[in-house]
Amino acid sequence: MSTAVAEGTATTGVVGTRMRRREDPALLSGESRFVHDLVVPGALHMVVVRSPHAHARVVSVDLSAASGMPGVVAAFSGADLAEEWATPMPCAWPVTPDMQSPAHLPVAVAEACYVGDAVAVVLAGTQAQAQDAAGEVAVVFEALPAAVDLEDAASDRVLAHADATSNRAYTWELTPDPDAVQRAFDGAAVTVKERYVQQRLIPAAMETRGVCVVPQPFGGEYVVYSATQIPHILRTMLGITAGVAEERIRVVAPAVGGGFGSKLDVYAEELLCLVLARRLRKPVRWSEERSEAALATIHGRGQIQEIELAADADGRVQAVRVHLLADMGAYMQLVTPGVPLLGAFLYHGTYDVPNYSFSCTGVFTNKTPTDAYRGAGRPEATYAIERAMDALARKIGADPAEVRRRNFIGADKFPYTSAAGLVFDSGNYEAALAAALELVDYEGLRAEQARRRAEGETRLLGVGLSSYVEMCGLAPSRVLASLNYVAGGWETATVRMLPTGKVQVVTGATPHGQGHETSWSMIVADKLGVSPEDVDVLHSDTAVSPLGLDTYGSRSLSVGGTAIALAADRLVDKARLLAAHRLEVAPEDLELSGGQFSVRGSPQSTVALGALAFEAFTAHDLPEGMEPNLEASCTYDPTNFTFPFGTHAAVVEVDTETGKVDLVRYAAVDDCGNQINPLIVDGQVHGGIAQGVAQALFEEASYDEDGTLLTTTFTDYLVPAASELPSFTLGRTVTPSPSNPLGVKGIGEAGTIASTPAVVNAVVDALSHLGVGDIAMPVSPERVWRSMGAAAPGTGGGR
Amino acid sequence: MRVTVTVNGTSESHDVETRMLLVHYLREVRGLTGTNIGCDTTSCGACTVLMNGESVKSCTVLAAQADGEEVTTIEAMAAPDGTLHPIQEAFREHHALQCGFCTPGMVMAVASFLDEHPTPTEAEVREGLEGNLCRCTGYHNIVQAVLAVAHSTELVP
Repeated sequence: MSTAVAEGTATTGVVGTRMRRREDPALLSGESRFVHDLVVPGALHMVVVRSPHAHARVVSVDLSAASGMPGVVAAFSGADLAEEWATPMPCAWPVTPDMQSPAHLPVAVAEACYVGDAVAVVLAGTQAQAQDAAGEVAVVFEALPAAVDLEDAASDRVLAHADATSNRAYTWELTPDPDAVQRAFDGAAVTVKERYVQQRLIPAAMETRGVCVVPQPFGGEYVVYSATQIPHILRTMLGITAGVAEERIRVVAPAVGGGFGSKLDVYAEELLCLVLARRLRKPVRWSEERSEAALATIHGRGQIQEIELAADADGRVQAVRVHLLADMGAYMQLVTPGVPLLGAFLYHGTYDVPNYSFSCTGVFTNKTPTDAYRGAGRPEATYAIERAMDALARKIGADPAEVRRRNFIGADKFPYTSAAGLVFDSGNYEAALAAALELVDYEGLRAEQARRRAEGETRLLGVGLSSYVEMCGLAPSRVLASLNYVAGGWETATVRMLPTGKVQVVTGATPHGQGHETSWSMIVADKLGVSPEDVDVLHSDTAVSPLGLDTYGSRSLSVGGTAIALAADRLVDKARLLAAHRLEVAPEDLELSGGQFSVRGSPQSTVALGALAFEAFTAHDLPEGMEPNLEASCTYDPTNFTFPFGTHAAVVEVDTETGKVDLVRYAAVDDCGNQINPLIVDGQVHGGIAQGVAQALFEEASYDEDGTLLTTTFTDYLVPAASELPSFTLGRTVTPSPSNPLGVKGIGEAGTIASTPAVVNAVVDALSHLGVGDIAMPVSPERVWRSMGAAAPGTGGGR
Repeated sequence: MRVTVTVNGTSESHDVETRMLLVHYLREVRGLTGTNIGCDTTSCGACTVLMNGESVKSCTVLAAQADGEEVTTIEAMAAPDGTLHPIQEAFREHHALQCGFCTPGMVMAVASFLDEHPTPTEAEVREGLEGNLCRCTGYHNIVQAVLAVAHSTELVP
């Protein structure tokens, strides 16, 4: 069931309204405290000495000069710290039983495996002293050959780890019926075979990482402040890796300045601050510098994709076959190997494709480890299928919109069981496409494009479409088990009404810009009939919220929000029993409205929820067997992923004389089911689009042939500014998910998933009449200019 | 060396290292942590403050250069009673912040920009803020907020 461009579903209450965020005043006034802002008297400042070599033996580490520098308290090599670790650093997703994963220590002992790999640490009284001393650490390296290029690394010509037998970490396959796939290709009227490179990206949250560990030697507890998305997972992993009893660790994520997956990890510096605080019995803190972040925080993407389509003469796709090489970087971080799997099921996109084959080989290189970055696997999958669908359209001479329409999974086919084995919850892909075409004025653009081409203008127009579906709301625990992920996918919530009628919500979700406090308060306000201002939301501190699985994979609302809604329902159930006792009626005769229970048929007989909270608190007159207080909890394990979808349309102007691409218009129609707060949904879509556009046009983590990262600053790594982006025109369709009681789907990653192929399709569309079929990302002016020359000498690039 | 800087209307004198940057002076010496550090190449604008009314990236100014000058940080933008400055209010109204890390610098840059361009076009806003990076919002709502402040009759920045 879809309704076009509607907002929300609420008829009363605050859910569905564009409520302004409660988080904003503290952030706008500078009052919010990020990790870097915390004042911790007596803290030692840690600076990490990093390998300048992509691959080298660590021959010796001489700390004597550094140790004598002013203010230095201690300095350690990897060997000095080797005994601190109970286990190597964790990888939670061994995707195959035979996956190779070299032991990864927070400070390398004998072999540095990427530029940025830690080889020593220095601790001093101030940051400046520690930095000065770090420059005096004398490390003798013996350079080794480095595996830098992904395909070269896959050949095992050079090994990324000297004692490994291969760079190939694993091969993971999803081929339900290989013979049927082959038959489809053998019998296809049209085939398309494309090769795409997903360049490495640097997540570049505006707040770099930071850690501060405060030991309490006599209390036996460690308080870990970290700019992390995952305080709960971090606590468990810190405990396991450092050999500290988990309950002795309290992790607090204060205000966190963006993550995009890059703070969904367990990092060397978090472990180092913990073990050094343990060893020195003093607070230890670390603040990442921006150029350090480029090396020491995970990268995203990094894949070479080969996608083949088999279609009939009308362009109806009968089979999709995909092979990936995925760049793991030097080590497996928390979920590195699993990132391609999050896209593995989605290479047929929004299309009803009966035959499916996917395989991925994960490969080690001597580069910064990769891991989840906004979308994680799904942007890559969407890019491949949406680019390939345009290639198919060109091959059969059809309009890209029409080819999509011919192939969409019909709105009447949901729930849809895909050839890859997923059950798509709900969708109406054609409606979203139609809305996007209207929003962007597709017909008008095609006419203008034709006019410019006919008149030989040098500013060509291109329109690119991307119809996407993604799987998010991680995740049903049983499904995660089938994918060899070592944790579950549930989320916890507690809702309690305090004696004064105020409400506290405790959630295991951990926001870092998403506005959870606002959204959660809205859900609970409507459930209880109270004002959202009376609902406080507690999060991101394992002492307050002991159990949780944190925020990533567009899971917070569909999993965490559902847990909150169900906990609120349970609180109401209990309150109803108390109200029935108080009013001397049967519970089923009561209805809750506006925060009051009233008796059906005699509306003058009422009791307010707030009054019941006080009675439950005093416990003077509770029904037999009822426990005091109004509080309820829920741990919700979703029954399925959610499958948000939509169509984005990008419009570019390409200057054939310079190759410059201007993104001049952008329309996005997204469907994330019911919306709690459309204002926040808009913001998520805006930011997501910008990040996807950035991959298409601007950003790349570039390495030289020796494995040195060339893009360590914002002067080299081109995070787009306001001047490089247009305003975005948003539309929405609303197709509720049947998988959760709120009817919601995730929206945190959708914009990024959709936008990259839309933009590149637009550039190729502008130049397709010149014979251009592909341009590597980022689509720089130079690449555009060269593509014109390569495609048709004398018609564009040669001038 | 000794510097005397008026920050948010209060003048103080301190001994600082000659190499100390203004942003570190504000954060560490004056305890004003609202001004954030987002990069080390003067690219991101997170540390933007006003010096004598004009925006500067405080990671590119030495504390010594601020000697005798007047500096305004995000902490002074709201009124003492907590009423948000019109720019701050517009940012909230238009959902122009998400994680909020770039926000203090962005607000200060907007204040300076609007001082010089009271009624800008969208293109001018986008050009004017190109020195301030935001990773969350895609800038759409920031631009909307700035235009709303500039073209509002009641709000005088």
